[in-house]
Amino acid sequence: MNKTVKVVLGVAALGFAASTASAATLDDVKAKGFVQCGVNTALAGFSAPDDKGDWKGLDVDLCRAVAAAVFGDATKVKFTPTNAKERFTALQSGEIDLLSRNTTWTLSRDTSLGFNFAGVNYYDGQGFMINAKKLPGVNSALQLSGASVCVQSGTTTELNLADYFKANNLEYNPVVFEKLEEVNAAYDAGRCDAYTTDQSGLYSIRLTLAAPDDHIVLPEIISKEPLGPAVRQGDDQWFDIVKWSLYAMVLAEEYGITQANVDEMKNSPNPDIKRILGTEADSKLGTDLGLSNDWVVNIIKAVGNYGESFERNVGQGSPLKIARGLNALWTKGGLQYAMPIR
Amino acid sequence: MASQDIVRHDAGSRSSFLNDPKIRGLIYQTVLFVLLVAFVYWIVGNTIENLRRANIASGFGFLNNRAGFDISQSMIEYSSDSRYSRALVVGLLNTLLVAVTGIVTASIMGFLIGVGRLANNWLIRKICMVYVEIFRNIPPLLVIFFWYFGVISVLPAPRDSVQLPLSSFLNNRGFFLPKAVWGEGAWLILVGLVVAIAMVWFVVHRARKRQEATGQQFPVLWTSAGLIVGLPLLAFALAGFPLTFEIPTKSTFNLVGGFQIKPEFLALYLALSFYTAAFIAEIVRAGILGVSKGQSEASFALGLRSRQALRLVIVPQAMRIVIPPLTSQYLNLTKNSSLAIAIGFPDLVAVGGTILNQTGQSIEIVAIWMVIYLGISLLTSLFMNWFNAKMALVER
Ligand SMILES: N[C@@H](CCC(=O)N[C@@H](CS)C(=O)NCC(=O)O)C(=O)O
Repeated sequence: MNKTVKVVLGVAALGFAASTASAATLDDVKAKGFVQCGVNTALAGFSAPDDKGDWKGLDVDLCRAVAAAVFGDATKVKFTPTNAKERFTALQSGEIDLLSRNTTWTLSRDTSLGFNFAGVNYYDGQGFMINAKKLPGVNSALQLSGASVCVQSGTTTELNLADYFKANNLEYNPVVFEKLEEVNAAYDAGRCDAYTTDQSGLYSIRLTLAAPDDHIVLPEIISKEPLGPAVRQGDDQWFDIVKWSLYAMVLAEEYGITQANVDEMKNSPNPDIKRILGTEADSKLGTDLGLSNDWVVNIIKAVGNYGESFERNVGQGSPLKIARGLNALWTKGGLQYAMPIR
Repeated sequence: MASQDIVRHDAGSRSSFLNDPKIRGLIYQTVLFVLLVAFVYWIVGNTIENLRRANIASGFGFLNNRAGFDISQSMIEYSSDSRYSRALVVGLLNTLLVAVTGIVTASIMGFLIGVGRLANNWLIRKICMVYVEIFRNIPPLLVIFFWYFGVISVLPAPRDSVQLPLSSFLNNRGFFLPKAVWGEGAWLILVGLVVAIAMVWFVVHRARKRQEATGQQFPVLWTSAGLIVGLPLLAFALAGFPLTFEIPTKSTFNLVGGFQIKPEFLALYLALSFYTAAFIAEIVRAGILGVSKGQSEASFALGLRSRQALRLVIVPQAMRIVIPPLTSQYLNLTKNSSLAIAIGFPDLVAVGGTILNQTGQSIEIVAIWMVIYLGISLLTSLFMNWFNAKMALVER
């Protein structure tokens, strides 16, 4: 209910807000002194508070990167946990400056919802998870005919699910909840035979179940889920800042700039690295963006490059142990390809 | 007296019409009205401007687009190819279904428990009291969770369903009953029923006339029951028993076939009924206690038995006290049904929320929600007011 109230309040905000919401977000952010970033409520690896209450995750790192780029200080960020349904109203109404919450880039979100996606920080796809103990012998989604499937409402997941079963002429029974905890609880209690969402989400959710090892993720990937940060339309400068903060992290990985060696790298003779780190004489790249010239240095000092952030949050340095796969750099057979800083 | 007159007269002549309370009232109201209109105008204008600036699409045209999502339970034909508007109708019907079944059950339970609290039997009285105190003091959402996660979720999986009499099954996917499949000639039964109802109406009418004229009573209840059960049964036999049952059977994941009641509906329906029954019980108790003791004493003095006294004297008078607060309980139950979203029952709010999210048309969806809930509430009030007027004291 309280979520519905939030949505209603968001709608009310659209009515009351002085007509400035889409003006210069950068000025607003600077004036209030922090970036307000919409993240997931609790999806380990992407955004979840740790036992000390600090937000951690790949999506959270992007928020911090933007704060570091704007303020030179990655702590100048506040987080707004949003569920699948609230997130869009929160961004539309100006409650948050940036939505970094495993959100799939789709045409309708880009157009009729009034957003711009500033790149892709995780290439994902939708999968299914089942309890292998209870359903031995099931090893493909195509065997799920007649199954009850748990899914969260307000996601692309819900739509892909309908399409997949229809396309394969299979019957199923959707069991739809609004909150992640409710989906998890229902699945864990055996209300559904299968759980479907982004594969990364499945791995993360599996860790929270009563007996994680009983559950397997089926091999089928039924959709493309390019997850990325979104901002409101109509403010190109802010859009650019978020976009290039992400690119900067990816480029840093490509050029071997890490959290540990960034200061050393400032002395590198390599012109690319000099441009990225803003050490080239008379560089205007940072200031053209509305930032300082050492913005990338600040980002990398705060959160590391894309690869470091990936490994720490969802890769080998985390309980999730997700392989780079599609998210490897383009030079290593993946899809992560940042536009050049020059 | 005289001095007052003078003062009045004085004030009237010296100062302006502004001091006339009537005119002043009118001015205040006009000012308030203008401010209100200006406020609404500003809000609407500002909203439109903000939406335009943010490039958010608006208008109700999206209702004609393909919904793309499935809904787990629907009383009408629906698939992911249907339109958003149809999805909303599915949600509305589900809301109405749970509201109507909940209201009927809560009323029956509430009546029994309310009467039970006044019973002569100590145990019954205490049980009813404990019931009321428990359910009245727990938030409805917790009652819903109790039924959903506490009761239905812990039932066995479909493979080890609890087998109940008459080939019904209970498991954590819901309640499965055999489905009646009517064969050829089944329409005769309907005809039988219609004829029976007509005859009952006639019997009731005649019996009342006769009692008024001669004072003799006629066993209306038994005759009516006999007619309503007997005639359709006769028709059923004449048609050659055209009825078979589809029994739920096990398949890989679940039971298939038969008639299925989903756990989400079951939990919400039970929770709303149990919760609201506690309030209705108190209303009924107050209603009965509100009828003065002299009324029952008088009916006993007239020789009525205690059941007759209750049915003919106490309850009709208690009803007048009961109906108005009952109306608000019915409205509460209907509005509380929007808590469905917490356990994934696809009611109007849940389905609307999904559409809101898919399309981003938050203002439109919130407006639809408000209009529909307002409509349901007004209709319920209208009906209850009519009922109230009908039950009100008719003085002869
Ligand atoms: N990428 C999909 C799904 C994103 C999504 O909401 N996933 C769920 C399941 S992994 C989630 O994170 N829920 C958390 C919450 O709502 O609190 C989308 O953008 O629609």
